[in-house]
Amino acid sequence: MRTDDLIKALDADARSKAMPLSSAWWLAAGAAAVVAAVVFLLTIGPRPDFMAAMHTMRFLSKFVFTIVLAVSAFALIRALSTPGAATGRAMAWMMAAPLLVAAAVVLELFAVPEADWGTRLVGSNMMICMVFIPLIGIGPLAIFLWMLRYGAPTRPVLAGAVAGLLAGGLAATFYAAHCFDDSPLFVATWYTIAIAVLALLGALGGRFFVRW
Amino acid sequence: MSGKDEAELSRLMRAAIAGDERAYADFLRRIAALVRGFVRRKIVQGGVDPEDVVQETLLAIHVKRHTWRQDAPVLPWIYAIARFKLIDAFRRRGRRIEIDVDDIAETFAEPETETVSERDINRALDGLSPAQRSVVSAVSVEGRSIGETAAKFGISETAVRVSLHRGLAAIAKRFGQGRFGRE
Repeated sequence: MRTDDLIKALDADARSKAMPLSSAWWLAAGAAAVVAAVVFLLTIGPRPDFMAAMHTMRFLSKFVFTIVLAVSAFALIRALSTPGAATGRAMAWMMAAPLLVAAAVVLELFAVPEADWGTRLVGSNMMICMVFIPLIGIGPLAIFLWMLRYGAPTRPVLAGAVAGLLAGGLAATFYAAHCFDDSPLFVATWYTIAIAVLALLGALGGRFFVRW
Repeated sequence: MSGKDEAELSRLMRAAIAGDERAYADFLRRIAALVRGFVRRKIVQGGVDPEDVVQETLLAIHVKRHTWRQDAPVLPWIYAIARFKLIDAFRRRGRRIEIDVDDIAETFAEPETETVSERDINRALDGLSPAQRSVVSAVSVEGRSIGETAAKFGISETAVRVSLHRGLAAIAKRFGQGRFGRE
C-alpha cells in the first residue's frame, strides 16, 4: 500500500471521534478514587477515632504526604502520556512528597527521644500497611495502565512506574485513614515500600502492556 | 520554516478535528512529507525502510490524535511520535540507536517523496478479518469513497465506517506490538 493510499483511508476515517486524553484522565482519576474507596470501605475502613485524630499533626501530616504524591504523579502522568509534552517541571514536583517526608522525619527525630525511635518506626501495623496499600492500589493501577494505552507515552516504562506512584498515593491516602501508626518514621519506611511495590508493578505493566 | 509550518499545521489539525475532511487530508500529506524527511535523515544505514516508519507514524498520529491538546504546538507532538516509531522500528530489527532530541530542530526536514516497495502495512493488512481487509483496501488502494464502498459490498455506510475504523485501529495495534510477519 502506498502512503497516499493510506492517507485516503485515514482521511475517510476522519469523522471517528475519541474523548480528548485530558478529559479521559479526569474520568479515570474519578473512577480510580471510587474503586479505591470501595475496596477500602469493604475491607479495613477508617479507624474508629478518625474525627479525634483529625486534630493531631502527625495524623494530618500523613494525608499531606500522600495527597501531594498523588497530585504530583497525576500531573506528571498526564504529561508523560502526551507525546512532545514538557515533563521537566512535573518531574521536579515529584520531589515534593519525598522532601516533605524527609523534613517530617527530621522533626520527628528531634521531637521524640532516641529510645522511642525503634517502636515508632516498627509501629503495630506494618504488615497491614504492606498488604493493604498494594491491595487498595491495584485496581487504580489497572485503570491508569489502561489509560496509558489510551494515551501515547513515548517512555512507557517510566510512565508505568508513575502510574504505580499515582495508584500508591491514592491508596495510601485511604490507608492513612485506617492506620494508627502516625509517626513520620513509620510512614517514611513502610508506606514507601508499599508504594514502591506498586511503582514496580506499574513499570512492568508499562513494559509489557502499554504498546501503541 | 518551522514557525509558519507550525501555525499552518495546527490550523489544519484543528479544522480536521472540527470535521473538515479536506483539511485533514492536507494535514496528513504535509506531515507525511515532513516525517519522511526526518526519518530518511535518521536512517543512515539499511535495515529499516523509511517509508514503513512514515506509514506507522501516520497511523499512530491518526489513532492517537485525541492526545494532542489543541492549545499546544503540533510539531513537537508529531516529531515525538515519529521518533518513538523510528526507535521502535530499530528495536524490532535488533538495532539500537540514540536519537538526540536537539537534532530535531535542524532536521526539520525537507519534504520528500515516496519510494515504492513491499510494505509492512501490507502484511499487517493481511492479518485483518476479511470484511475489514476488503473495506480498508477499497477505501485506500482502490480509492473508493465511503458511499462507493458501501454500494460495492451491499452494506450500509455506517457499517463501512465501522469496519474502516476498526481495521485501521487493528493495523495500528499490530504495528505497536511488532506483529506483522517480518520476524
